[in-house]
Amino acid sequence: MSLDLILRVGTKLVLPFILLFALYVQFHGDYGPGGGFQAGVISAGMIILLAITFGLDAAQRVAPKAVVDRMIPLGVLIFAGTGVVGLALGKNFLDYSVFSHDSAHGHELGIFLVELGVLVTVSGTMTALFYAFVERGR
Amino acid sequence: MVLLTLLAVVTVAIVRQRSLFGVVILAGIYSFLMASVLIALDAVDVAMTEASVGAGVSTVILLATLHLVKTTELRSVRRQVLPIFVSLVTGAVIVWGTLVLPPFGTADSIIHRHVAPRYLAESIKDTNVPNVVTSVLADYRGYDTLGETTVIFTAGIGVLLLLRGSRRRGRADEEKSPQ
Repeated sequence: MSLDLILRVGTKLVLPFILLFALYVQFHGDYGPGGGFQAGVISAGMIILLAITFGLDAAQRVAPKAVVDRMIPLGVLIFAGTGVVGLALGKNFLDYSVFSHDSAHGHELGIFLVELGVLVTVSGTMTALFYAFVERGR
Repeated sequence: MVLLTLLAVVTVAIVRQRSLFGVVILAGIYSFLMASVLIALDAVDVAMTEASVGAGVSTVILLATLHLVKTTELRSVRRQVLPIFVSLVTGAVIVWGTLVLPPFGTADSIIHRHVAPRYLAESIKDTNVPNVVTSVLADYRGYDTLGETTVIFTAGIGVLLLLRGSRRRGRADEEKSPQ
């Protein structure tokens, strides 16, 4: 147990920065490279690193299986729901101009919501896949 | 050129390698090289995806799979003439297809004259988003991205059903057998 001390301490140091980077990639995707998909994979990678170093139970305390499973459909619902709002307010499906009086601001908000949906689904799917494979091997 | 040579070397190494653990690690290296190639091509968004998915998550998931199955590739008992023929023909067809493509990086090729100029010119006016990749993915081509998200959703649900469903059946058999 003492042999992986460096690994454990190193992981503890790195984990918050991985999450911070995922959030940066998510919310800075409008200006720099990145977006929901990349951020989703990076945040799932954080959970996977946590599981590899500290065990599956520690990871599932941070990201419980029930939550991860529900994230998979939730993201698609956020994405599709964003489109349905446009439909309900008398515009086309996925027409974001309904979110604000200024069309460009509405599009900005729409892109934000849609990327959020992608983040939730991708991160949920990747983490759930990892959990499923590891639990099979137990 | 250096990167492409390294890619070829890693590919040959993957084919020659019999230990599946080595194959998974080499595939991770391949993904990182591919990400570097994409950065050299100025496709940073794709490079980021390749590095995080190809080298990160899929390597981990493949290693988790190796935990479940044997880790040495068995020698094939069939003759390998037909597979080699199929791969050579497919490769030749793909190379033949690239001959009619416009030269690499031409600004006035057909795909760059359709909607791309309008996206580049009006992205900021339409959406306030300076990164055109994001505005194309999430706004102009929102339907496609919704489809992609649904694909991830469907694939995830499918794999989860396969892995968890059969496990439950296996457990039910174990519970039945002692009685």
